[in-house]
Amino acid sequence: MDFVNAIILLLNYIFIPALTYGSQLALGAIFVTLIYGILRFANFATGDMMSFGTMMTILFTWYFQSLGVSLGVLPTALLAIPFGIIFMILYMLLIDKFVFKYYRNQKSPPVQFAMVSIGVMFVTQAVVRIIIGPGDRRFFDGEKFIIKAREFKEMTGLNEGLAIKSTQVLTIFVTIVLVSLLFWFLNKTKTGKSMKAYSDNEDLALLSGIDPKKIVLVTWVIAGILATIGGALYGLDKSFKPFTYFNNMLPIFAAAIVGGIGNPFGAFLGGYVIAFSEILLTYAYKKFFMYILPESMEPNSLVQLLSTDYKFAVSFSILVIVLIYRPSGIFKGKVL
Amino acid sequence: MVGIFQSWNIALSIFNLCLISAVMTMGANIQWGYAGLINFGIMGYTALGGLAAVLISVDPVQEAWRAGGFDIIMSLWLIVIMVLVIRFILKRFEKSKIRTYSIAVIIISGILLIRFSAEPGIEAIEAVDPAKTGFLGGFGLPIIFSWIVGALFAGGLAFIVGKVALGLRADYLAIATLLISEIVIAIIKHEDWLTRGVKNVIGLKRPAPYEVDLQTTDWFIKLVEKFNSGKLSVIDNLADRQAALNQLVIEGSSVFVKLCYSGLFLVVVIILLILTQKALYSPWGRMMRAIRDNEEAANAMGKNVVKQHLLIFILGSAIVGIAGAMLVTQDGLFTPGSYRPMRYTFLIWVMVIVGGSGNNFGAILGGFVVWFLWIEAAPISLFLINFFTAGIPETNALKAHLIESVPYFRFLMMGLGLLFIMRYRPKGILPEKIEIK
Repeated sequence: MDFVNAIILLLNYIFIPALTYGSQLALGAIFVTLIYGILRFANFATGDMMSFGTMMTILFTWYFQSLGVSLGVLPTALLAIPFGIIFMILYMLLIDKFVFKYYRNQKSPPVQFAMVSIGVMFVTQAVVRIIIGPGDRRFFDGEKFIIKAREFKEMTGLNEGLAIKSTQVLTIFVTIVLVSLLFWFLNKTKTGKSMKAYSDNEDLALLSGIDPKKIVLVTWVIAGILATIGGALYGLDKSFKPFTYFNNMLPIFAAAIVGGIGNPFGAFLGGYVIAFSEILLTYAYKKFFMYILPESMEPNSLVQLLSTDYKFAVSFSILVIVLIYRPSGIFKGKVL
Repeated sequence: MVGIFQSWNIALSIFNLCLISAVMTMGANIQWGYAGLINFGIMGYTALGGLAAVLISVDPVQEAWRAGGFDIIMSLWLIVIMVLVIRFILKRFEKSKIRTYSIAVIIISGILLIRFSAEPGIEAIEAVDPAKTGFLGGFGLPIIFSWIVGALFAGGLAFIVGKVALGLRADYLAIATLLISEIVIAIIKHEDWLTRGVKNVIGLKRPAPYEVDLQTTDWFIKLVEKFNSGKLSVIDNLADRQAALNQLVIEGSSVFVKLCYSGLFLVVVIILLILTQKALYSPWGRMMRAIRDNEEAANAMGKNVVKQHLLIFILGSAIVGIAGAMLVTQDGLFTPGSYRPMRYTFLIWVMVIVGGSGNNFGAILGGFVVWFLWIEAAPISLFLINFFTAGIPETNALKAHLIESVPYFRFLMMGLGLLFIMRYRPKGILPEKIEIK
């Protein structure tokens, strides 16, 4: 019985939160990696673009709520996400037309692109803060829990409760669907294949008649979908605050590089690598050992490898180690 | 201008921060403009400079040293031993999988060992009067020394970072340095025994006199009287005149203190400017430009590119460290929570790009212009909003919302400024000047 308790404990405090957080990171990391692979720059505006998409979703959620439309047990935001995506894509295309296109035509070095994306980051941050303000916003409605800790305890008679939030299930489910669709698109359709070709060798792709304008357009459309859904899921699960989104850019970058930048599948797994290592290394295992060890061997301390304050530092350290030993990432992406 | 419109006090504090920003920008400019190295870790070096200010100037907390000093020193020794052992292994054995794994084992077991040996000490130190101290304190020296020590700290960190990350491609280097600086901030924030963490250190010593002391000093009161004799002579009533004088003395004292800081900072800026200008036009400067513009060719000419990159990375970071120490000196407090990448990394980069990379005067100009706009963006945009919506009544929801979000227009201004400069003047306001002989 103690063993089952220990497993439930790990499920509740490590596995499910890490899986959720990892999914959110993975969506962002695929966004970063796509931009990097096809448009060839590190997009420092990632976090703020995600917050823009989330903001649009929130505005539409409020609008629907004011109309009295709701999805019952599901959050209204699901209905608003498609509209958020449309505005996000429009915003991205607008920025591309007025900012990035010029440098693409000039064939500027990646560093210059990165600098320009910092300008975009400032502007987007301003736009988001001017429209919705810097405060904390919760826009979740509907049923909060699928399984409550107390109900689970009563149901199974165990000491440990298992609580599953509906946003967690939603996040994992949507991520799986979206990512499988994306991989199907990239590997099976003609446009997807031509995107890959363009990413591999631009000149050769142009020679074989691939239209670069179309590739760029499709990239931004996919990026918009990923950014909005990733941002909205994070906002539903936790809460929306522009500053947090800016900060999330860093673990997202870490995930993309750990997985091998330019490689969508690597970025997807990288998200989970980062999330699991953050949570595994900073969790206090005291209770876990209390369940599985005999009483005489119970630990006195918290059995915590690092304090939770170092959560971010963990993922960054992993990134630094990966950068030193395997600059191309765990799953070989573009060799740089 | 601000002096006339708002007050001399505000004008001077903006001016001081402009000077500090100029120093930071010069540091970043040395790395980016001279050598083409991208360093997004400015925040980390600034914070280390600030830490130096704390460690140098605060009086040591004897009780804390007695409580946990021994454990901490033991752990430091352990770290030194660990580094030596790793160096020995690296030198002694050929590169192999076994070597890599054994180093990993040494590092992990070393960290665990250090944790176990330092834990009781850290707890004891943090328990010493946590509301006031709860940390080891510093050396109790004048805070000016910290400017040099801050440079040493930042240079030391840059040495490690440079060894690790300088081989990376430009945009990877940007991300790596950004993340490393976040790690540094995390450590400073949470190692309370060293820095008091988010509890902040306040009331640091000053290189300048205190306002309260000045207000009771005779020569200062006379000075203020002399300066304002015209204004004072208009007032006939003696009591009124005394009251007016007191008011002027209070105002004057804070202006005077700020002027002291300005003088000190100005000295630093001028010294740095002379040094960097000399370096730029020396053979060494020419070599750096050669390396920046064509690494392979410079390498073929027998220049050690890796070593020079490391050197310039350390120099630039050290200058940023000085600026960090100066910043904490002028504020008189150290708040690890306030170090954010937006303010201390990206804004400095805007200054470098806007001012003109590779040109020291451009860096200083960028520091001044951008910081001034950053501070004055809110009043300016408030004025603009009021101007353009003059016809709309005050109660209009849109107008009220815009006025409410005035503080965020500074981001918009910075972003648009950066984008326009990048597009139409990619070399900055004052571009790099290279004379060809």
